[in-house]
Amino acid sequence: MALLELQDLRVRFHTRDGIVNAVDGVSLSVDRSRTLGVVGESGSGKSVTALTVMGLTRFPNAEVEGRVLLDGVDLLSLPGDELRHVRGKRVAMIFQDPLSSLHPLYRIGAQIVEAIRAHEHVSDRAARSRALEALKEVGIPSAAERIDAYPYELSGGMRQRVMIAMALVLDPEILIADEPTTALDVTVQAQILDLIRMLQEEHRTAVMLITHDLGVVAETADEVAVMYAGRVAERGSLAAVLDSPQHPYTWGLLRSMPRAAGEELHPIDGSPPSLIDVPNGCPFHPRCPYAFSVCTTVSPPLVESEPGHADACHLPLARKRAIGRSVRATGAAA
Amino acid sequence: MSSLPAVDPSVPRPPSPGDAAAGDASLTTALAAIAGSSLLRYVVRRVLWGALMLLIVSALTFLIFYAFPSADPAALRAGRQATPELIAHIRQSLGLDRPIYVQYWRFLKGIVLHFDLGYSYQNQASVRAELFSRLPVTISLAVGAFVVWMLVALPVGVISAIRRRSLLDRATMGAALVAISAPVYWLGLLALFLFSQGIGLVHLLPGAGTYTPFSQSPLHWFTSLLLPWFVLAAAFAAFYARMIRGNLIDVMEEDYIRTARAKGLPERAVVLRHGLRSALTPIVTMAGLDIGILLGGAILTETVFNIPGIGRFAYDAIVNSDLPAIQGTVLLGAFFIVVANIVVDILYAFLDPRVRY
Repeated sequence: MALLELQDLRVRFHTRDGIVNAVDGVSLSVDRSRTLGVVGESGSGKSVTALTVMGLTRFPNAEVEGRVLLDGVDLLSLPGDELRHVRGKRVAMIFQDPLSSLHPLYRIGAQIVEAIRAHEHVSDRAARSRALEALKEVGIPSAAERIDAYPYELSGGMRQRVMIAMALVLDPEILIADEPTTALDVTVQAQILDLIRMLQEEHRTAVMLITHDLGVVAETADEVAVMYAGRVAERGSLAAVLDSPQHPYTWGLLRSMPRAAGEELHPIDGSPPSLIDVPNGCPFHPRCPYAFSVCTTVSPPLVESEPGHADACHLPLARKRAIGRSVRATGAAA
Repeated sequence: MSSLPAVDPSVPRPPSPGDAAAGDASLTTALAAIAGSSLLRYVVRRVLWGALMLLIVSALTFLIFYAFPSADPAALRAGRQATPELIAHIRQSLGLDRPIYVQYWRFLKGIVLHFDLGYSYQNQASVRAELFSRLPVTISLAVGAFVVWMLVALPVGVISAIRRRSLLDRATMGAALVAISAPVYWLGLLALFLFSQGIGLVHLLPGAGTYTPFSQSPLHWFTSLLLPWFVLAAAFAAFYARMIRGNLIDVMEEDYIRTARAKGLPERAVVLRHGLRSALTPIVTMAGLDIGILLGGAILTETVFNIPGIGRFAYDAIVNSDLPAIQGTVLLGAFFIVVANIVVDILYAFLDPRVRY
């Protein structure tokens, strides 16, 4: 059994405009020392999936079904107080915008100390020296001085390093990174990804990396899940998904990725559906150039075509493989 | 750079005296913030502006007094059945027969040279002495009311923010609207009618005109001020509860609140340490200004409860067209507001490290 397993997770929000099916039957898993890349456009349900694992779905009226198993224990059925001890201690999370994610009025050291003391009965002094170690470990120069800095006094990359230090200071089993590099400069992005990978190797952390950027996934992930409209469209090892992609949405993502200078990009036509009013049948069919009659009526199940590689598409397997090869042949990254 | 670690180089910050004396990190950081010459320059500038403001206020009070119809102070002073000669004599002895600019000039000279606010037209008493003797009364009223309104507003605001749309939230916010809308004199009379000893339905607390100085009897001081405190605090408590609720609801949507929860903090710490800390910063600013305003005298409350404070003095001065007394109370009120503004602005820099002068 994997360290973290999501089984048929469903999250619905009741809003004034109707019911939002933010996550609609998602099953994923990630293991120690492995990285699961979850890719999708905004509104594909990837962030809600991550927050649900933490028990942090923002809306008070969220309706959650399915199971989130951490080492076999269902987090969704844990009472609030026990779940609190999982958050931060066993499952940690970092977010997209490190400036707004750090409290603007507290020094960064104090914020890390607070995280430590929320879970362990240690003195302020001991916690502070551990916070300092963590800041050094994530590569903050002159950490002994910066520990008393306020978030606004640091650069974006440094702030994200602080977030990572805070997340990893208690040596959690799982790190959920929600678009950790999206708000950063390109040069800093690579540093942050390297840092996460390095710390993962040292601590044998399982990483769930949520991103809209297939390039980030290609660089860091072991397994990939492509999400669309709250469902998993395709799932498999990095090599399988990038070398023989089998879902039209994955093809679209690959074709719209910039690869070389001067090369023409092919964006996916249309925009993701509203999650209040998801199209019948396959949710991707209005944007899919390969859609045929059955796609408009029957929702395709996620089926394994080979061990560890699954997709949710009605096209015949041979056809999917052929198109997948041609997408890759046009120069997909890997 | 040793005393203020990791200052963003993009924020210009002139070297400050505190920088040189680097020692204990947190202490020198605080000292540097105080002694930082930019802050000092800022305070000096604000104090000068404040002095100018007071000058303008005094000039305006003078002008308004003469430009608008008011009773003749000399006639008021002379009493009923006064002869024109007596009135003329009083007018001359008060200096009311001199041109307005001469009167103003004398007045200004008195303040600047001797901190002298002149003498009341009514009883020739020194306005400064009158004000100073009443100041402890008004401070008792204002500070006590502040304590009451914060003690009410904080829990009500926080609980209704985190239990949004609950019965409790709706009930307290509805009550808050009533409290904000109720005029103080009506609320004061109602309180006296219900609870005051002697005339109330329930003879619970001392009523109007029972103020006792703290130095005479702390217990009587306390009981005699209880009703005025609650009456004066009612509208403030309601307003502040609504402000705290609104601010906290906004803050609880912030990303850093999500981070605090993701750290596994107990919800209590998330709300109080992370949410309320941010939500209170603007509240502190407002509270500083409101206390400043109240120190200038709570005219309605002091009048209804017959409390011998600055507000009551101002009321009497207006009724008697007693210009020096009016001028004194107006200037004192303006002084408190100016000082409160400066204090609040400085306080803000300590509450929010991002603020620079």
